[in-house]
Amino acid sequence: MDILVLLKQTFDTEERITVENGKVKEDGVRFVINPYDEYAVEEAIRLKEEHDGTVTILSIGPSRTEEAIRTALAMGADEAVLADDESLFGDEYTAAKVLAAMVKVRNYDLIIGGNQAVDDGSGQVAVRLAEELGIPHISTLTKLEINGTEVVGHRDAEGDVEVVTATLPVLVTAQQGLNEPRYPSLIGIRKAGKKPLTHVTAADLRLSPEDLTARTEIVETYLPKPKEAGRILQGEMNDQVKELVHSLTNVEKVVG
Amino acid sequence: MNFELTKEQAMIQSAVREFAEAEIAPLAAQLDKESRFPIEVFQKMGKLGFLGLPIPEEYGGAGADNISYCLAVEEIGHACGGTGLSYEAHVSLACVPLLLYGTEAQKQTYLTPLASGEGIGSFGLTEPGAGSDAGGTRTTAVLDGDEWVINGNKIYITNGGYAKTVVLTAVTDKENRGISAFIVPTDTPGFSTSKPYDKMGMRASNTVELILENVRVPAENLLGPLNGGFKQFLSTLDGGRVAIAALAVGIARSAFETALGYAKQRHQFGQSISRFQAIQHKLANMAMHIDLARNAVFKAAWLKDQGKPYTLEASYAKLFASEMCTDTCNQAIQILGGNGYMKEYPVERHLRDAKLIEIGEGTSEIQRLVIARQLGC
Ligand SMILES: Cc1cc2nc3c(=O)[nH]c(=O)nc-3n(C[C@H](O)[C@H](O)[C@H](O)COP(=O)(O)OP(=O)(O)OC[C@H]3O[C@@H](n4cnc5c(N)ncnc54)[C@H](O)[C@@H]3O)c2cc1C
Repeated sequence: MDILVLLKQTFDTEERITVENGKVKEDGVRFVINPYDEYAVEEAIRLKEEHDGTVTILSIGPSRTEEAIRTALAMGADEAVLADDESLFGDEYTAAKVLAAMVKVRNYDLIIGGNQAVDDGSGQVAVRLAEELGIPHISTLTKLEINGTEVVGHRDAEGDVEVVTATLPVLVTAQQGLNEPRYPSLIGIRKAGKKPLTHVTAADLRLSPEDLTARTEIVETYLPKPKEAGRILQGEMNDQVKELVHSLTNVEKVVG
Repeated sequence: MNFELTKEQAMIQSAVREFAEAEIAPLAAQLDKESRFPIEVFQKMGKLGFLGLPIPEEYGGAGADNISYCLAVEEIGHACGGTGLSYEAHVSLACVPLLLYGTEAQKQTYLTPLASGEGIGSFGLTEPGAGSDAGGTRTTAVLDGDEWVINGNKIYITNGGYAKTVVLTAVTDKENRGISAFIVPTDTPGFSTSKPYDKMGMRASNTVELILENVRVPAENLLGPLNGGFKQFLSTLDGGRVAIAALAVGIARSAFETALGYAKQRHQFGQSISRFQAIQHKLANMAMHIDLARNAVFKAAWLKDQGKPYTLEASYAKLFASEMCTDTCNQAIQILGGNGYMKEYPVERHLRDAKLIEIGEGTSEIQRLVIARQLGC
């Protein structure tokens, strides 16, 4: 089975994030494999171990993305393609176009992506890609079974489980709980350096300026308001309850 | 000159750090309290290729350089001193002599299982009468037909209770004080170990006495040339010193991070204690010493990787890093005040762990002696 994995390098959201001049400051930030994509990589490697085949990583991002790719290769992926040509960077629309162009030149049975990237959090790129390729998709998987060409996916549907069947080729996205990603072995790290990592440009992918024009625009980037100290209500219980209901409906406006 | 880690070194560092933070650090306090050797952690490390990190792939290792190995020791030591010590002893004191002095057959039979993580290794040099002075070795090995018969006791042996294979020294020529090294599988009849010592620190590391009563090993279990044991363990210890210095850096860094975090959030006299110059100077010294010690480790490891002499630099690194570590941990306790003295905080454990590094693999006094000899004294 030939598996393609969509992988994005994101900053580690457990680290402190600072916004400077309307942008997330990148220096001093730790970059990691987008956690959902890490599940995708793990799932692909497990399927390869079970069914044989190849795992290829596809990624769009600046050259620092190589670090995340090397980690995926160290975990057991076979090769990688990185679109690090800046003219290929845009939004979800362009990302899907770029990935589609990267996918079309290869053979595949299955494409696995993360449910969303923890930086932009749009959850669109993978499903848009399925649309571009004209193949079905099953998103937010917590379990994936493949028998021959039959695919059974368990979806996380807002806390419930939805069981969806499909036939290969299909695109799926990984939700937390799909698996427990392995640590890259140190032997794997040493081998990763020798595995093929190809760079592609807009010219290689034959994409038109139209395909590479973002359809969205980031108007403003700001951090959530810092948490303010809570208020402890005083007085008789009856009054406290009244005040609480009043605050929730009129001051905080969380109850309509 | 280039102080940058290679991509591969940086990846190994972050992979080991991630593993150590998630799988070792959360256990450290409990391992210390119970004096428990985390065998399950060693099994996991074995599967991930840690246990043969600087050993070539053809013998089951990962084939990394010594810088990478030192980075790994630092990260494991940062998570737990005792685990770091056992890891370092397995690689530097058991695997490395097999690699350096073993015949092809010995490497296949004994090194491959250790480097690939199937078993743990141990190194037995110290005896009741032979500590700093290995010339006091009393354990004997006598050739009887095609077998060596070994008798004696080895004390303070790291990993001894869990080892699959022990490399140990024994007198093979009484008149000329000739000492040789032997490979002893621990399931050989006559080989036994005491119950673990009750130690001040490094309590996650297993330390036992080895008892050898008419232990018979085949003639081919002699490691290296007959009566060549002295030279061998001196060079083994050189390599070990670089790695144990990295362990000191890891422990010191851990104590420093606790102290820095604490100093920033602890308020007295209406301000954070990190605003007091007395505390700032301590923190500045700690940070500087850790960095200098790490540079000393890198230099010695780099020399070793280049195949250049590094005995002097190994002693510099071991001596400076071990004394720096004890001092840093001691200062960390001071910065935490009463909390620092409590087991609830990790710094008192760090100090107890640190002290061993001034003793094991050649005491500070012996390091100064080695350095002075290198200076021609
Ligand atoms: C936790 C732990 C783990 C260990 N693991 C191992 C192991 O795996 N394998 C192994 O073989 N050994 C191991 N050892 C033993 C360790 O290497 C020795 O304890 C160490 O070499 C010192 O020897 P000693 O204890 O006999 O002290 P001694 O040699 O008796 O030294 C006592 C004091 O005298 C000083 N001294 C001795 N000679 C001189 C001199 N010529 N000039 C100036 N001062 C001198 C020493 O520096 C020290 O301060 C371990 C020890 C410990 C505590």
